[in-house]
Amino acid sequence: MAATPAGVNRFYYLLAGVALIGAIVLALLVFRRPPVSIPANVVIQPNDTSGFHGYYLGSDSARLTVTEYADYECPACQQFMTVQMPTIEERLIRGGQVRWRYRDFPLEQHRHARTAAHAAACADEQGQYWPMNRRIYSWEPQWPSQRDASATFRDYARALGLDVAKYDACMTSARYAGRLQASLLEGQGAGVQSTPTFLINGRLYPGGNAVHYDMLKGLLDSLQGQPPR
Amino acid sequence: MRAWMATALLSLAGLLLALYLYLYKLGLIGQLACGTGGCETVQLSPYSRFLGIEVPLIGVLGYATLLILSILSLQAPRDPRWPRLLLWLSAAGLMFTGYLTYLELFVIRALCRWCVGSAVTILLIFVAAWLGRRGGEALP
Repeated sequence: MAATPAGVNRFYYLLAGVALIGAIVLALLVFRRPPVSIPANVVIQPNDTSGFHGYYLGSDSARLTVTEYADYECPACQQFMTVQMPTIEERLIRGGQVRWRYRDFPLEQHRHARTAAHAAACADEQGQYWPMNRRIYSWEPQWPSQRDASATFRDYARALGLDVAKYDACMTSARYAGRLQASLLEGQGAGVQSTPTFLINGRLYPGGNAVHYDMLKGLLDSLQGQPPR
Repeated sequence: MRAWMATALLSLAGLLLALYLYLYKLGLIGQLACGTGGCETVQLSPYSRFLGIEVPLIGVLGYATLLILSILSLQAPRDPRWPRLLLWLSAAGLMFTGYLTYLELFVIRALCRWCVGSAVTILLIFVAAWLGRRGGEALP
């Protein structure tokens, strides 16, 4: 059926109206700051894992390496990182006896866990992984109960003196989503079922009270005369 | 004429949809309004580029061309070149979408609702372009 020229003109107005509404909606989506979401079911690429085996603290010639599988939103992990870890770090890691390897193990029930781990990965890009790790584990303010914790992590990044534009670009790109997933799968493959879980000399120690200064010191003493592990 | 109006409106819808996905790829939209995570899986997969070009960008350019061809068909209803080009381009778009849907279902194994929306849009554009050209050819 043929339309009249007036009908075609009316249609052009309709088309222009739809285009305008669409452009306004897209502009609003771009200019509002959306809560950051880090996808869980990503396809892991080779470059997500190549050369990266976790976040290390301490000398690579230390006698003992402790691998910690943890979740930033897990209360037991927070308790460990704020109560036990400072002593371990001060007495054993800085002393060169223990090397710490941190692996992300974001639990499904913790809605901000991946965002937190990704925020720390973005801080790592600017050489501030461990300061960011400590900030996030401070839980100040109580970001686990916030609706959008990404704003708090951004505040941490600014407080640490990071280049916020670079940090924002890193977060919105979700470029470390694959690395996080690979870390989780590594833990699951090692038999980790809860957080925190520590892997020392091939043995798993689950629970926030399983590892502490005295325990590690005893282990180090028992390794006297043996090669580093 | 109605057919070219339909293809114009559908091409505009497809253009806005592809633009939305392209802005996401550029990192300008933090989170897709999708809910299932399937869109992120598809968008972050290595198949989100075709011959080195972002697939959503191909969609933006394709739908923009279809929109221009629809308007040209409306402006010059007796010129058969534009409806013919529109039909061929929508057929090419449909085949490309079929390839992408195959990748989603059998290779990436994740389905993105926005991509399904685009697949339905290009199918409707093809049907309207085909019906329009049949109707146009019947005109004296």
